Amino acid sequence: MTEMMSGGDMLIRALQDEGVEYVFGYPGGSALHIYDAIFRQQRVEHILVRHEQAATHMADGYARATGRPGVVLVTSGPGATNAITGIATAYMDSIPIVVISGQVPNDLIGTDAFQETDMVGVSRPVVKHSFLVKNAAEIPLVVKKAFYIATSGRPGPVVIDVPKDTTDPAITAPYEYPRSVSLRSYNPATRGHTGQIRRAVDALVRAKRPVIYTGGGLVQGEGSDQLTRLARRLDFPVTNTLMGLGGYPATDRQFLGMLGMHGTFEANNAMHAADLILAVGARFDDRVTNNPAKFCPQATVVHIDIDPASISKIIPAHIPIVGPVRAVLDEMETQVNSLLEKHPELPDRDALAKWWAQIEQWRDAHGLDHDLLAKGSAGDVILPQHAVQALYKATDGNAYVTSDVGQHQMFAAQYYKFDSPRRWINSGGLGTMGFGLPAAMGVQFAFPNATVACVTGEGSFMMNMQELSTCQQYALPIKIVNLNNAALGMVKQWQDMQYGGRHSHSTYREALPNFVKLVESFGHIGIKIERLADLEPAMKEAFSDKNRRRLVFLDVQVDPDEHVYPMAIRGGSMRDMFLAKGETT
Amino acid sequence: MRRIIAILLENEAGALSRIVGLFAQRNYNIESLTVAPTDDETLSRLTLTTRGDDSKIEQITKQLHKLIEVVKLVDLTEGDHVERELMLVKVRAEGATRDEVKRTVDIFRGQIVDVTNTTYTIQLTGPSDKLDAFIRAIGRTIVLEVARTGVSGMGRGDKILSL
Ligand SMILES: Cc1ncc(C[n+]2csc(CCOP(=O)(O)OP(=O)(O)O)c2C)c(N)n1
Ligand SMILES: [Mg+2]
Repeated sequence: MTEMMSGGDMLIRALQDEGVEYVFGYPGGSALHIYDAIFRQQRVEHILVRHEQAATHMADGYARATGRPGVVLVTSGPGATNAITGIATAYMDSIPIVVISGQVPNDLIGTDAFQETDMVGVSRPVVKHSFLVKNAAEIPLVVKKAFYIATSGRPGPVVIDVPKDTTDPAITAPYEYPRSVSLRSYNPATRGHTGQIRRAVDALVRAKRPVIYTGGGLVQGEGSDQLTRLARRLDFPVTNTLMGLGGYPATDRQFLGMLGMHGTFEANNAMHAADLILAVGARFDDRVTNNPAKFCPQATVVHIDIDPASISKIIPAHIPIVGPVRAVLDEMETQVNSLLEKHPELPDRDALAKWWAQIEQWRDAHGLDHDLLAKGSAGDVILPQHAVQALYKATDGNAYVTSDVGQHQMFAAQYYKFDSPRRWINSGGLGTMGFGLPAAMGVQFAFPNATVACVTGEGSFMMNMQELSTCQQYALPIKIVNLNNAALGMVKQWQDMQYGGRHSHSTYREALPNFVKLVESFGHIGIKIERLADLEPAMKEAFSDKNRRRLVFLDVQVDPDEHVYPMAIRGGSMRDMFLAKGETT
Repeated sequence: MRRIIAILLENEAGALSRIVGLFAQRNYNIESLTVAPTDDETLSRLTLTTRGDDSKIEQITKQLHKLIEVVKLVDLTEGDHVERELMLVKVRAEGATRDEVKRTVDIFRGQIVDVTNTTYTIQLTGPSDKLDAFIRAIGRTIVLEVARTGVSGMGRGDKILSL
């Protein structure tokens, strides 16, 4: 009983059959057949955004929070190119999204037709894969393949470019959605190599100064529970990358905080002194390693990753394990348990006790102060750290927190303690300003009753603030915490530290809008906070039951001179850091 | 070190551009590239030569593998292999040089495939360095035009790259 359908109807039907809840999109000429198909059905809900970049970030935020692929629909030409930044953002962080772009009809491709862009070509370096649809009949299979590729192996964005003739309502073809798909050229690993896992386990249980370093791959690979059990069983310290926060509970004693450029003193020192590093779903990004030549000189590196190309790309792995982190960690746990039963003297508890004593010493010396809020401040000035701590308190540490890019992002990463995965949502790899608000919207669509906060800076916020209108249309009760330092703070910090304080094009205080009036004009609530004394009451207000269904924007005037520390000293090893203005390790 | 990588690729529109794009995007260089459909019309076979140390080549092959349309690949230079390239050279051949060129072509086991009063067009097959050596032997001054196919290759013995 195959039905005859037009390509436009098939496309939407295939999304239904794929279990898609939302499509984030924006219409235009080449996509109009598809939009008509959307109109004539109810199962897939289309969310009308205000800018295609925001649509991609919404789909991305949805995917990061749920683990399910996000879906975007844009028109050809400018619609497609506007989506590129969001596609690149998802690509860098390995996020499964499927982007459907309208295209001019097949017979016009290559003629510089109105709103023609070679979307497959333009997006090529920032997609996992892409398709150009040739005829309506192939649409079900293309959609099936697109979702399979986006979500399997190392996930990533997939583009489906759909020429208008293939969705023409006058041309129909039989519709049947494939149950499964297999590609002879694409077979991601489903488990790790048992022998390699054994080698890794042997090294682990004998380590004297181990560190577990986990990244976004652990979060996305759903391996947090396994990793947490393993770490506790072995009493090993754990650090997370910016992308990996929440992969291990941040309030746990064994958690060292984030590592890398703005990582904690104890995490970076522990990495540098380690004799064994277990890297799980992390890719030794330059923001983590600092100078690779000086990276962890004494460490045996065990590296688990689904993507073989991530292994030994920057730092050679002594024991590489290719596979899905969850399956590998499961097997690792079984092996560790049976080995420890046979060898009660393992792991080396004396060595670990010494190691922990050393780590505690680092922590005491220069660890982050999570009690700043209680201590108040001179002149009632609000530090950005205060705002994040107040947010943490007001949300009981349970919110979904999205962020943008800059100092505020680092303060959020340092001071909001994420105890579970998929709660911290930020653009780590591409560092895309403008990500925070639309990502929060994607999360709120996925979890309408959850508390969703966006920690942003006024610079980043202004890159996608048009979405306040979308928030109004769909009644999204996001809480926006704008750490307003009236500057491109992170740029300014670098200029302070590396360019003699010359603030070339990084400030604009006089030109900023009145944010309270701005958000009010979109129908939301705005609160300006200038004194520390007003911070917690305002947070309470924002998250009060009364405002449960309202978008509240907190414009927090923070100390414009604050810098993010620690900060890695460029060209050094991981333990070389600035600890405060003018103070280095 | 020079490497020869042979790739079986889905014979689909756009697949080749992904390979070429990958090399540009990741700052790898391509010295030569040949591609044509195989006896199995769903597959193309592509041979490319590049340069790099072991870790660079490891990255290149891993990144190539990640492309969805790459079905199989092998670094031929890792083992014994046969490598061939075809070259057409048009040379100015007048007076005394005519015989001299003819003799050199014979020594290199080439063939003259087109003749005019003033030119020869020579076809030569072999490993790339043999083709280089031929050009040196006849002397660049008489060379008018060169067309080379780029390297194609295969593992020796029972090493087989197929599905
Ligand atoms: C789209 C984009 N353009 C430029 C940058 C470079 N950049 C990184 S941080 C930053 C300043 C961000 O300012 P703001 O959002 O106010 O955050 P703050 O650092 O002040 O907390 C800039 C311009 C970027 N990351 N993204
Ligand atoms: Mg700012």
